[in-house]
Amino acid sequence: MAVTVCASPAAAVAGVQDGSTVLIGGFGMAGMPVALIEALIDQGARELTVVSNNAGNGDTGLAALLAARRVRKVVCSFPRQADSWVFEGLHRAGEVKLDLVPQGTLAERMRAAGAGIGAFFCPTGVGTPLAEGRETREIDGRTHVLEYALRGDVALIGAHKADRVGNLVYRKTARNFGPVMATAATTTVVQVSQVVEVGELDPESVVTPGIYVDRVVVA
Amino acid sequence: MSTGSGPLDKHDLAALVARDIPAGAYVNLGIGLPTLVADHLPPGSGVVLHTENGMLGMGPAAHGDQVDPDLTNAGKVPVTELPGAAYFHQADSFAMVRGGHLDVCVLGAFQVSAGGDLANWHTGAPDATPAVGGAMDLAIGAKRVFVVMELFAKDGSPKLVPSCTYPLTGVGCVSRVYTDLAVFDLGQDGVVVREVFGTTTDELAARLDVPLTAALVP
Repeated sequence: MAVTVCASPAAAVAGVQDGSTVLIGGFGMAGMPVALIEALIDQGARELTVVSNNAGNGDTGLAALLAARRVRKVVCSFPRQADSWVFEGLHRAGEVKLDLVPQGTLAERMRAAGAGIGAFFCPTGVGTPLAEGRETREIDGRTHVLEYALRGDVALIGAHKADRVGNLVYRKTARNFGPVMATAATTTVVQVSQVVEVGELDPESVVTPGIYVDRVVVA
Repeated sequence: MSTGSGPLDKHDLAALVARDIPAGAYVNLGIGLPTLVADHLPPGSGVVLHTENGMLGMGPAAHGDQVDPDLTNAGKVPVTELPGAAYFHQADSFAMVRGGHLDVCVLGAFQVSAGGDLANWHTGAPDATPAVGGAMDLAIGAKRVFVVMELFAKDGSPKLVPSCTYPLTGVGCVSRVYTDLAVFDLGQDGVVVREVFGTTTDELAARLDVPLTAALVP
């Protein structure tokens, strides 16, 4: 379906259902779509499962969504940081569940979802508490653990520029989870600093082709 | 690095690790003490630093006008890019890690076992929020995993142990341990002491609960 260039972050996040799984891009604040998260807080969806590398920094962005009590579970690799007090408080109080996933496995599970792969065997985490009780297989003399694809109902990501058909380019390490999350959600929403006309992005430099993108907003 | 001097400080330790990183290697440096290794790589070494949030060719920390919120290392510290740098997304970044494309990874540790098991992500304390990041991928993915740590914890307990009591990050993955008191190789020959700093292999053997072999002096 053609991409929609939205007039506001509110329009871009319209229709997110209670109980949705929301993939949220960013590594710390780099690449985090703060305007989309703020709009999601206003939109009001509850009981969300959030998939993101971190569990919020400071009091803005994902931390604000957590503080607004909209999140039931966080799936992430690194929730514990100097400025992750919002998540830690809620987690200690038992108000938010944590599903801890190694960072590479988190990325690959979403890549698999976007690529139509149901599950894969991965050597990361074998022999650790994160793989306890899980199905394993010996492949080429090495133990691998079964990992299932991780799909989102919605992805909220940040990118540098989009064109009007949804092709995306990123800036530096703010790329991080954006390209993978864009492939893994039913509806992918992108916050960009600029929307350019078709033909203005070099096709050779497009990182996320517009086929993966549903809504774009400048914020 | 003579055996007559005292224990190494963290900068000497970082310099020691840097000395052993081959020219032109692709290297990931963990957060904390391992990050200091970058300051001691000789100019022209051609070592390419990987940061798992999505970059090869990472340069030194950014200061002043260089700071760009879109360019950080895995510790979320603003960094710079070097000529020849490349950016990529998370699935590609960890394909490099898991796929055995990194020559060396340098990690910190709570504990390392004589058999090369690594514990560096979680103390196991019930009230601690666990966080793993890329540690488990790096531990099992790099061709060689170096650990850099103090040999004894603040309470005096050894961090090189017969078997880890903290939750594991990876099994049998550490090949060398750099500490303030000695450098150890872990492998089929057990724990081999390569170098000591201000102590002796016998003194270390008395304080550690793992059998030690002194390296043959060439």
